[in-house]
Amino acid sequence: MHEMSLCESIVGVLEAAAREQQFSRVRRVRLTVGALAGVELAALRFGFQVVSRDTLADGATLEILPRPGQAYCFQCGDTVSIQQRFDPCPGCGGHRLQVTGGDELKIKDLEVE
Amino acid sequence: MCTVCGCGEGQVKVAGHDHDHHHHDHEHHHDHDHDHGPVASGDDLHYGHGPAHAHAPGLSQARMVTIEQDILAKNNDYARANRERFESRGVLALNLVSSPGSGKTSLLVETLKCLEGSFPRLVIEGDQQTTFDAERVRETGVPTVQINTGKGCHLDAHMVGHALARLALESGAVLFIENVGNLVCPAGFDLGERCKVVILSVTEGEDKPLKYPDMFAAAELMILGKVDLLPHVDFDVDRCLEYARRVNPAIQCLQLSARSGAGMDGWLDWLRGERRTALEARSAALEAELARVRGELAI
Repeated sequence: MHEMSLCESIVGVLEAAAREQQFSRVRRVRLTVGALAGVELAALRFGFQVVSRDTLADGATLEILPRPGQAYCFQCGDTVSIQQRFDPCPGCGGHRLQVTGGDELKIKDLEVE
Repeated sequence: MCTVCGCGEGQVKVAGHDHDHHHHDHEHHHDHDHDHGPVASGDDLHYGHGPAHAHAPGLSQARMVTIEQDILAKNNDYARANRERFESRGVLALNLVSSPGSGKTSLLVETLKCLEGSFPRLVIEGDQQTTFDAERVRETGVPTVQINTGKGCHLDAHMVGHALARLALESGAVLFIENVGNLVCPAGFDLGERCKVVILSVTEGEDKPLKYPDMFAAAELMILGKVDLLPHVDFDVDRCLEYARRVNPAIQCLQLSARSGAGMDGWLDWLRGERRTALEARSAALEAELARVRGELAI
């Protein structure tokens, strides 16, 4: 459900950028979303449609650039790829993992006019 | 102008409980977007979500604009400001998170009673609606601000900043922020707390750390509550701890029952230790400041 708040934040960032960079319509928004960001993409897309209605981003395309989850395995002493926070290390099968990447949630760029 | 975030004071209204659909119509631009300022009644803040601002479309040529901004950047800015307020006063702030019905408020009330006559304690209560929890906590005599999030599923740092304006942050105080009962959304929202404490009761499933991994990954301490009920439920404590460590190898775990009092000492010791750490950090910062000022005197 917090996807709705995230979409409100996105529209807020767009409105601030519109004032700073002098544009009035957003056609496309590209987000970088890590696999471990705790975001449900379907809910994010739905929320964006609802929240952007009657704003400068009404009807804009939401494009999502996925980023893989990464963790450091204390057992292997190496960085490994994971899909979810509780995944075991693909090398040793252990769970002594520290997430090191893939939890980002960013607006990358916009197509505006 | 509000001193917390600079939002117009007209947005904070002292009103009754009619706060379900609170919209603002601004005729001016804001430096930050505020379409859901709180309505205040007494020490309670109520939030609803107004519509996002509308902007008239214009015509110009399409172009690319690089943003590279964290979507939670604004929340994180408010969280940083809250954290600075806590640290500059040596206040320990804890963000208590759990699913609804895990016994957060009961644990909080018992904790406050155990600590009666010790250091100053403060509470921020987060719920979608009602001031029931704040009323329960206020019976202990501890200053409490209720935040009603309206349709919101979590507290954010901006709401907490507004609540802080209503609390006296004394040096050495411990602030308990009881988040909205929700094991999903509050994980991503930093409130400026020292750490998140996740409460899981043995009447829930032992697999919750795997079902809601983001929250257990974000917490420093897991409290297994209602352990007096263990003989009556099929809850495998060891398996639960193992699951929690799968998602967060560094998580600390305590077991207690607010009802029977079992294990409360361990939790109170943990609290005292964290408070001490917060005060030591404050003391070190003050000593460094004193050394700087004395250095200026010597010139």
